[in-house]
Amino acid sequence: MIDAISQSLDLNSGPLLLSMQLAAVTTVILLAIATPLAWWLANSRGAMKPFMQAFVALPIVLPPTVLGFYMLVLLGPHGTIGAWWVELTGSTLTFSFAGLVIASCVYSLPFAVQPLQSAFELLGRREVEAARTLGASSVDAFMSVVVPMAVPGFLTASVLSFAHTLGEFGVVLMVGGNIPGETRVISIAIFDHVEALDYGAAHRLSAVLLVAAFVVLLMMYLVHRRWHHR
Amino acid sequence: MSAAASTPPSIEFRYLVEQAGFTLDIEGRFALQGITGVFGPSGSGKTSLLRCMAGLASPSAAYLKVDRDIWEDSAARVRRAPHHRAIAYVFQEPRLFPHLDVRGNLEYGKRRVEKNARSSIATDQEHIIDLLGLGSLLSRRTNGLSGGEAQRVAIGRALLSAPRLILMDEPLASLDAGRKDELLPFIERLHAELTVPLVYVSHNIDEICQLCDQLLVMQGGTALATGDLQSVLMRTDLPVLGGAEAGAVIMARVVSYDAEYDLSRLEFSGGVLQAPARYAIGSVVRVRVRANDISICDESSGQTSILNRLAAEVIAINQDSSSSVLVHLKTGEDSMLARITRRSAAHLNLHPGALVIAQLKSVSVRRS
Repeated sequence: MIDAISQSLDLNSGPLLLSMQLAAVTTVILLAIATPLAWWLANSRGAMKPFMQAFVALPIVLPPTVLGFYMLVLLGPHGTIGAWWVELTGSTLTFSFAGLVIASCVYSLPFAVQPLQSAFELLGRREVEAARTLGASSVDAFMSVVVPMAVPGFLTASVLSFAHTLGEFGVVLMVGGNIPGETRVISIAIFDHVEALDYGAAHRLSAVLLVAAFVVLLMMYLVHRRWHHR
Repeated sequence: MSAAASTPPSIEFRYLVEQAGFTLDIEGRFALQGITGVFGPSGSGKTSLLRCMAGLASPSAAYLKVDRDIWEDSAARVRRAPHHRAIAYVFQEPRLFPHLDVRGNLEYGKRRVEKNARSSIATDQEHIIDLLGLGSLLSRRTNGLSGGEAQRVAIGRALLSAPRLILMDEPLASLDAGRKDELLPFIERLHAELTVPLVYVSHNIDEICQLCDQLLVMQGGTALATGDLQSVLMRTDLPVLGGAEAGAVIMARVVSYDAEYDLSRLEFSGGVLQAPARYAIGSVVRVRVRANDISICDESSGQTSILNRLAAEVIAINQDSSSSVLVHLKTGEDSMLARITRRSAAHLNLHPGALVIAQLKSVSVRRS
């Protein structure tokens, strides 16, 4: 009890920092994965596309506990990925920060893919074709034409991935548990405080999250507006 | 465009594209010089052909030889990626890059030329900017440009990528009539001042007559005719060249100008024509004579309001419609078409070899 009070007095910055770290790492990895995936989805007319789209959208509709459960099975020391990880590093993936990053990437995938995919679809092939005929390779055309033209899409994908990861709870609880400094992210900490009937600490952490989320989203929409009114 | 002494370099192509409801099955060859018009009704496959040449389409069979280099041969599994083909493309819409200003757009291709070593053709940036009147636009953003300005930037951007061939796919189609008239002279100037060959797609025969030296006529995904503009225009067996726009193009030299009546005298192999407006004396102009504007009589008697009367020989008479015929006439070395009623043809007793007088109700100078 005394311990809990002292932690909440200095705003309990551990879980907050951990959440930020997790969200940042997840966002960077997700952009690297989601960009080629979204480009493929935007340009593919193949039979595989609907299957891929449904797979990417799964985390939106599945309860986080279901997702977390499968991740736990997969990432656990006897799971496919988990066993491989143990062999590689000697430590388990579950109940570790690395495990949280993997789980978060899966959990937030649609929030990175979908804004990018719609940005790429909106862009079409026109300017890319022009770039190709002017001597740009496909990678060059992507970097010099698609990326700068799809800046709002990348911004939305980053903000939504970051914010969504910041707010995840169920998956973290299933995969990461509640280890201070390792897997005890802000949403878990808030849950803890409420369980301990420490509403003051829960209030402070919740308020930080609420304000941060609002500010980030507001900035995103402001940038969008400026972009479209240029 | 006079032919060079040796055989000029040429481009050879063969493409097969099979899509639902459309097949492009075309084979052809044209000289790599001047402007080659690709003419045909909408849906005849003109754009598909250009996209194949630029490497933007996926034909099921392909062959493309530019001068001595084979760029594409599906039988030998040879295929150059679009960025390794020194072909620039001007699309119907300008397709400028909105995140770059006009200068950035112009230099986009230029900066990539050396990297790909796709062409050794030197481009004079200042000259091209000058030619297209882009000097005052350089630091402008692209979304503030008018349709005509944007298309001029697109043409400049294409030219600066050091292409061996420029493909233009109806570059005037997205512009209103006024903007078209504004852009056409720029394309004429490119033709006059630059040596890069151009393929110009249009479904407007008037534009083709104004700009092109060679003509490829397409219909239903195949080539109906290829050759120099003047002789292909005489092909009365091609329905797509018929109709109200059927007619000939004649090259004539301006010999004098009559200020009192505002008429220029134009000399050509078949005689002299008089056309309204003033043109530089000594220059060669392109004169368009529509079949509907020529009438035929058998002697030069009587006063008439028609200025241009030429002695001509009937070469052939082709059925045009149930009531009219197209008469192929020869005046000097040049050919013309005249559309007259079948009844008049019978009345005048027209037959190949007959000597007649062709009366030209109007002639329009299409290019000075």
